[in-house]
Amino acid sequence: MPSTLVNMQQKNITVESIAATVPVVEIDKLNVYSKGSHILKNVSTVIPKNKITVLLGPSGCGKTTLLKCLNRLTDLYPDLKVNGSIRIDGEDIFDSRKDITAIRQKMGLLLQRPYPLPMSIYDNIAYGLKLKGIRSKKIISEKVEKHLKEVALWEEVKDRLKTSAQRLSIGQQQRLCLARGLAVEPEIILADEPSSALDPISSRVIEEEFIRLKSDYTIILVTHILRQAKRLADNVIFMYYGEIIESGPAEEIFENPQSEILKEYLHVGH
Amino acid sequence: MILSRRLLDNVSSKWMIVCLSFFLILPFAIATGLVLKSTGLLKENSFIHLITSSDWSPSEGKFGFLPFIVSSLWVTIAALIVSMPLCLLAAIYLSQFAPKWMIKFMHPVIDILAGIPSVVYGVWALLVIVPFVRNTLAPLFHTDSVGYCILSGALILAVMSIPYILNLLLEVFRQIPIELGEASLALGATKWETIKKVFLRKGATGILSAYGLGFSKALGETLAVMMVIGNVVQIPHSVFDAGYPLPALVANNYGEMMSIPSYDSALMFGSLLLLVIILIINIFFRYIIYKSIAL
Repeated sequence: MPSTLVNMQQKNITVESIAATVPVVEIDKLNVYSKGSHILKNVSTVIPKNKITVLLGPSGCGKTTLLKCLNRLTDLYPDLKVNGSIRIDGEDIFDSRKDITAIRQKMGLLLQRPYPLPMSIYDNIAYGLKLKGIRSKKIISEKVEKHLKEVALWEEVKDRLKTSAQRLSIGQQQRLCLARGLAVEPEIILADEPSSALDPISSRVIEEEFIRLKSDYTIILVTHILRQAKRLADNVIFMYYGEIIESGPAEEIFENPQSEILKEYLHVGH
Repeated sequence: MILSRRLLDNVSSKWMIVCLSFFLILPFAIATGLVLKSTGLLKENSFIHLITSSDWSPSEGKFGFLPFIVSSLWVTIAALIVSMPLCLLAAIYLSQFAPKWMIKFMHPVIDILAGIPSVVYGVWALLVIVPFVRNTLAPLFHTDSVGYCILSGALILAVMSIPYILNLLLEVFRQIPIELGEASLALGATKWETIKKVFLRKGATGILSAYGLGFSKALGETLAVMMVIGNVVQIPHSVFDAGYPLPALVANNYGEMMSIPSYDSALMFGSLLLLVIILIINIFFRYIIYKSIAL
């Protein structure tokens, strides 16, 4: 192991760029249909590890659907017909023999609005841990504290952990939802316009979390806000009407767009 | 033109207030009427005595309401014990698992069930439930029953309250945002875990209020229950005994009591009791709902 590392350094390849080339998610010829409309059209892409990959595009272009395919929340919508393949760490998630709950626990989900579970702040985080089979109160308490600190919520709520999560402000709720997702130790964070319902300060807190978290997690962020994409993205996948128009490193996409649609989108700014 | 439009605007809003106040005054008017009519009885007997005595003999001037109160509660509670779990499971299935066509099919079915006149339910209960209780259920529990008993009343009452409670429960589950389910599934919960730990908890107050409203409605249901419950003035000791609920008392006897002094007043008092019990139950459930929302 050390010798290969030395070898790499000699070849002037940094560890980071190695990581960048390791795909976590591979999507191949993914098609989604709903009641006759074709929502995702032959989508193929890879999403690299420990980066923020932004799914960018106007509203209704299929970004959210793509995100929900990744942890098979599409199962909830009987109208959606999904075909193609998605591999996460090389595992096909549509394989019916695989345990879907384990696949979903690889991914933390953050929705447009926070949906705290109808229980206390503490239990919101303990929920996923208990589902993983962790029973020890001590471990659960430690993790609750750790992950609340991770999202900078601990100081604000440590005296009222047993009160209902619904009483938090919406920005605090969204951070709680992030903490709850992190507690199950996912590899990937799926975020669907997570700051769209938040005030500017709370959304900045969330953005700062993302930048801090990307060293440990792969983040897939859906947004239609161009400025947010520019602030956060390492990689950009630009979608338009169910198709991937362009994808690649953020600088390339933003500095040197190839297609007319993307040029227009960058010009108009939303 | 402008004047007439403004006039119309004024008149229309005022007239709506008149309609609304009518609804607000109505329950007070009913309650006042019942109180005034029952004062005759209350002058002769204390309130406590009336609701704790089981001595019912109008011709001797004895009016003990306990058998009626107990019968009413027995039949209503037994009915809800049957219908509550059925409705909850059906509502969960319909809202979480059922394919779309089944939901589309079930909605009109539930509405039709709710719209069947209670006399039709009563006749059906006479033909089906009474023999079923007499020939099947009573032997199963090693007792004798003619079939006209609390249990028969409770079963038909359960059948009648199902569409009402089920509709309320479906509305409760419809109100739960799908994203809450997504959040729970994304944390690794199965669908059942999500229903049990998240949806039932989120919907708890709604479920409770559906049951509470179902209870008040079932308590007042008269005709179908009256047809099968036996109408014997006694405090029932098992569900296979006959009973005589309050609404049946009033419905059966009103119009035939003119010669007996205070009978009229006693039946009014019976109605008043029913109103008060329903009021107390409503307030109780509203208080619970209020408390749990505040949590």
